[in-house]
Amino acid sequence: MNDCSQINIDSELQANKKIVLAGNPNVGKSIFFNYLTGIYVSVSNYPGTTLDISSGKMGDAAVYDTPGVYGVGSINDEERVARDFIMSADIIINVVDASHLERDLFLTQQLIDLDKKIIVALNMMDEVEKNNISIDLENLEKELGVPVIPTTAAKNRGLDRVRDSIDSAVNGNSIFSNNSNLGQKLNNIRTAVKNTADALMILEEDENIRCNYPELQNIPDLREEIYTARRQRVDQITNSVLTYDQNTGQFARKLGSYMLKPATAIPMLLVLLYFIYQFIGVFIAQTVVDFTEGYIFTDIYEPFVRNIIASSIGFDNFFGQLLAGEYGILTMAVTYIFGLLLPLVAGFYFLLSLLEDSGYLPRIAVLMDRLLQKIGLNGRAIIPMLLGFGCVTMATITTRLLGTKRERIIAIFLLGLAIPCSAQLGVIAGLIAQLDLVYILVYVLTIFAVYVLAGTFLNKVLPGESSDLLIDLPPIRLPDLKNVFNKTYQQTVAFVKEAGPIFVLGAALITVMQKTGLLALITSLAEPVTVNWLGLPAETATAFVMGIIRRDFGAAGLTAIALTPAQVTISLITLTLFVPCIAAMMIMVKERNFKEAVYIWFGSWITAFITGGLVNFLIF
Amino acid sequence: MTLVDMKHGHKFIIDKIEDKDTRLQALRFGISEGSEIECAGSMPGGPVILKKNLQEIAIGRRTAEKISVKKKGMI
Repeated sequence: MNDCSQINIDSELQANKKIVLAGNPNVGKSIFFNYLTGIYVSVSNYPGTTLDISSGKMGDAAVYDTPGVYGVGSINDEERVARDFIMSADIIINVVDASHLERDLFLTQQLIDLDKKIIVALNMMDEVEKNNISIDLENLEKELGVPVIPTTAAKNRGLDRVRDSIDSAVNGNSIFSNNSNLGQKLNNIRTAVKNTADALMILEEDENIRCNYPELQNIPDLREEIYTARRQRVDQITNSVLTYDQNTGQFARKLGSYMLKPATAIPMLLVLLYFIYQFIGVFIAQTVVDFTEGYIFTDIYEPFVRNIIASSIGFDNFFGQLLAGEYGILTMAVTYIFGLLLPLVAGFYFLLSLLEDSGYLPRIAVLMDRLLQKIGLNGRAIIPMLLGFGCVTMATITTRLLGTKRERIIAIFLLGLAIPCSAQLGVIAGLIAQLDLVYILVYVLTIFAVYVLAGTFLNKVLPGESSDLLIDLPPIRLPDLKNVFNKTYQQTVAFVKEAGPIFVLGAALITVMQKTGLLALITSLAEPVTVNWLGLPAETATAFVMGIIRRDFGAAGLTAIALTPAQVTISLITLTLFVPCIAAMMIMVKERNFKEAVYIWFGSWITAFITGGLVNFLIF
Repeated sequence: MTLVDMKHGHKFIIDKIEDKDTRLQALRFGISEGSEIECAGSMPGGPVILKKNLQEIAIGRRTAEKISVKKKGMI
């Protein structure tokens, strides 16, 4: 985003003023948002990002919740979105984590410097008490020059006072008023632009805002100077208002540090993975999906739709097949999205929200950083990789959070190549469970080896190097369940909206291929590879063709063919590494571009068949 | 001496942060040249964890190698 890509936020909400909630990540903004707006909330996607912005009304004012950021700027999507909302706000409620004042007040001071009307909600006062910190509230209010209201949002304390005090928001003490040098420079720009906020962002080297004023010449680059002045000011404030009592050991903090010592952290991670497996792999993938896919959709919904089609347009024509045939968009696509994927994806988001809100996720990122660096990624890539086991399509979208283009290419390729999605895992688990342990080991180790080798290879051949980790470790907390459910719901809805149309399109495409005879043609062309190279019966070619369309289709296709244990292992390895499903492929085109997606696609073909053949000749 | 030489419990002062982006991001987190910091852990061959009061941040190995520190004493 190097253009002047700012958004006009004047949505449909009819409002006299705009109230924007702003704060660092994980400070409890959403609790304030929910309290202020009640139930009439709309969630809209911010164009070009995965970010959803919640908006609602409070009286005649519109209230917006923004992504958590450490400062206003344009380092990543979160910051750009938050910046645009903050710059257009009439009043800002700045939610601050009182136990992290040194960090949080940097944003507060920046908001004040932007010359906005501000009220500070000093949240998490319970943690301040628990940690024996004392804060001189009166002095803090005086230093900042804006109202400061102590709250403990998770326990519903102080929320009413914040609501009743919104109109007392004022412009605070800017660092520019006490710094004649910087103040002068700000004034020089101020006269040439719309407002102080724009002037500040221009001095802070914000590309998007500078781009709005192409006529400005010789602008000084003052970001570092301003940041340093701001940091000094914040340190001065915190020194005068904070008193630390030397900390008595606290359970959550000890737990947090155990999560970062390899000797304790690795066993903890393994226990966590076991619970994730039990929840997603056993409870959701089997019990819940058996009910939703097997009963609700396959037994009730699909026959119902087929009856309607049979009695209206009939099955002996193209449209009947397109709507409700073997790959019907009303039958297969709907069952697949709502019966199979929806429960799995919702389950994954639920766990991920829990991990995120508890503060564990960044610690896993720290733990895995060294390993992921070896394949050209950094610790943060653990999030799309974990998500990939739910649905590769969705995980591909979340690779946006990775720092560089290079990391995104590596992550997307590895996701498409060697991370089996939950739908595929379900079928694979069924097939592999019948085999001896040695075959299972061959399967797991081969996939893992390919993942590591492919990552190492890409890391070597792609120019550049992986970006380094620099993340804030939030304290370990008990997540607020209401908030977790809220997030799960919003992300699941976003998934259906994003992936749904693509599945429908994919289903239509298969019907066309089948009707035109293309499917049969490809099957016969592929036969030499399957029989001679992979040592599999000729019919397995059909399974691979199905695999192009959807990988779990392919695996399911294998159950119908009589195979030896070695053949099952080889075909599962090949299928797992085989091309990503059509939905994932389309998302790759959308997220990257057509050329890269095609490279990834053929790269997967080659890797899959070479690996399958090698296992065939070398091991069996 | 750089950040990667620090062990859990060491207290030290940040001397110099070479990379500009890291310097700016660290300023936001509350860590700047001259800050008194405690090391809250170090992954073997991986990130170093810094602690200032209750604030903890993790810094990747390569960046940590480029942040020089002055020692203040050990616990």
